[in-house]
Amino acid sequence: MSELTTAVPFDMPVAVDFHARQVRKFKWQDTIFHQLTLFFAFIVLVALAGMLIALAVQAMPVLRQSGPAFLWTDVWNVPDDKFGALAAIYGTVVTSVIALLIAVPVSFGIALFLTETCPACLRRPLGTAIELLAGVPSIIYGIWGLFVFAPLFAKHVQPCLQAIFGKVPVIGGWFAGPPIGVGILTAGIVLSLMVIPFVASVMRDVFETVPAQLKESAYGVGCTTWEVVTGVVLPYTRVGVIGGIMLGLGRALGETMAVTFVIGNANRIVGSLFAPGTSIAATLANEFGEADPGLHISALFALGLVLFIITFLVLAMSRWLIQRGIARQGR
Amino acid sequence: MNSKRTLRQLSVLAATMSLSLSALAVDITGAGATFPAAIYNKWAEAYKAATKSQVNYQAIGSSGGVKQIKARTVDFGGSDAPLTESDLDAAGLVQVPTVMGGVTIVINVPGIESGKLKLDGPSTADIFRGAIKKWNDPVIGAQNPGLKLPDLAITLVFRSDGSGTTYVFSNYLAKQSASFKSEVGAGNNVNWPANGVGGKGNAGVAANVQKIVGTIGYVDIADAMKNRMTFAALKNKAGKHIVPSQESIADAAAGANFKVKGMAPDLLDQAHKNAWPITSATYVLAYAKGTDAARQKGVVDFFSWALNNGQKMATELGFVPLPASVAKMVETEMNDVK
Repeated sequence: MSELTTAVPFDMPVAVDFHARQVRKFKWQDTIFHQLTLFFAFIVLVALAGMLIALAVQAMPVLRQSGPAFLWTDVWNVPDDKFGALAAIYGTVVTSVIALLIAVPVSFGIALFLTETCPACLRRPLGTAIELLAGVPSIIYGIWGLFVFAPLFAKHVQPCLQAIFGKVPVIGGWFAGPPIGVGILTAGIVLSLMVIPFVASVMRDVFETVPAQLKESAYGVGCTTWEVVTGVVLPYTRVGVIGGIMLGLGRALGETMAVTFVIGNANRIVGSLFAPGTSIAATLANEFGEADPGLHISALFALGLVLFIITFLVLAMSRWLIQRGIARQGR
Repeated sequence: MNSKRTLRQLSVLAATMSLSLSALAVDITGAGATFPAAIYNKWAEAYKAATKSQVNYQAIGSSGGVKQIKARTVDFGGSDAPLTESDLDAAGLVQVPTVMGGVTIVINVPGIESGKLKLDGPSTADIFRGAIKKWNDPVIGAQNPGLKLPDLAITLVFRSDGSGTTYVFSNYLAKQSASFKSEVGAGNNVNWPANGVGGKGNAGVAANVQKIVGTIGYVDIADAMKNRMTFAALKNKAGKHIVPSQESIADAAAGANFKVKGMAPDLLDQAHKNAWPITSATYVLAYAKGTDAARQKGVVDFFSWALNNGQKMATELGFVPLPASVAKMVETEMNDVK
């Protein structure tokens, strides 16, 4: 007993002190951890702001010279120091649109097949193949596009397209000019191949989130597969589908190496889709290395700024579409 | 404690060793033109085997090389476009040629073999400014009696990246035609007409010419020979049609006068009867007065060694060595690098 009474007053303060110290230590650890993660998060913001500022500062000389007209001038004349971004913007937008026009329906079909009608034994190999396709480095697509696809396209597909559409007014102009294989259309097609795995795998993932009960009930009341897809799956997954398409668009807009290989790298706008053109990313990749100091460098930075803004707008638009989609679903 | 001391001793030892090593062998760094990178790196490799000295050359492009040497971040700079006398004086630089090359005209036209198509300067300029659009154009036909030219659109292939090759080629064409000079211009980047595609690097142009039917492009001779391309013969100043070769480029240099400040005479369209008209040299730039005597000596030693021992390597890689008399002049000129 006496042992106990002597032990307690001797022991207690130590225990309390130990506890308090431990708590203080945890608090201190938490603060450090919080500050550290905050710091990491801020690095992203600082990098983003830094990039934007650096681009804007470097782009200043050319923007001061030509003003907003830089955006809609179709001249890229390095010897005379006259620069306009329109040809590059045109190439970027047109190739991306072609890529999406091909990639969205195809990816949609792939995703539907995999989730709705695919036999179970094929589902995994096909899914893996698509994911592998997404991992192929873009330069491989470029080399393949230039050495394999473009010659075949020039020999077999382009003359065929010209024979079919050549005489049709307006559309005929899209397919005018010598069939040389490389050009805007080829770049769009190669881009579509690069975008398909991304869009398809996102679409497949969101299609899989549709609860089985919903689909089963629809089938139960006698719906066909098509009706289930249009009436149940699509409305349920609209947000995710838009997200997937925007992801693909983002990749198409910024893709550099593959496009540089097959777009033809001619800095001008010709109405024909067979004609060579250029994209913002391709122009940057081509000309930065040996750019003349002064306005040329500045114009390239300005192009970079334009691409930055376009990508930002696409991202903002997809956010807005997704928000709107979620709001609608809520109703 | 003991191990710590040993570690310290070791590190001191290592430091003295590296010091004594660097006293023997100076590492020098250069940057610039991509065109001579293959031969500079080859020389550097052989030079290291012979002398233990390391030479690093970064192929960042001619304008980058000039920028870096002016900013004093490298020991020597490489440029395909020579600096002018006043530029050299203002920056306190010495400029010497190292090797020569030529820009060749390569084609892909069904049924036409290498060297069979004959062109002259003005008609080549007209082709490359987009004024001649078909292979069976009478202007081409008049120079090639007996050659069956197809009714095929001409597709130009040019460099999409700024390039010394473009600089040399466009300067030659600008000399041949005033319209080319005003419409397309002359420089590292020029304003090519609409009927063409761009390829990145000499390899990119070579690939496009080989893959697209009806093309005409320009590639440096080393890449053209490596890819076994179809050459067009070009009429030189003496009126003879020349198929590009290392010999015809050497002949072009033989007639040129290198005794000018910067050692950069115009090698285009030389009068020698076998001269290939589109010949150029590539140059290195070094400081006339450097801050580090050992490194300055390193630069001089390296290029003197290369001129005396590296000519065969240059030939093997498709470059053309400087004529012996010019190589002597370069060695004398390098005395100014102190």
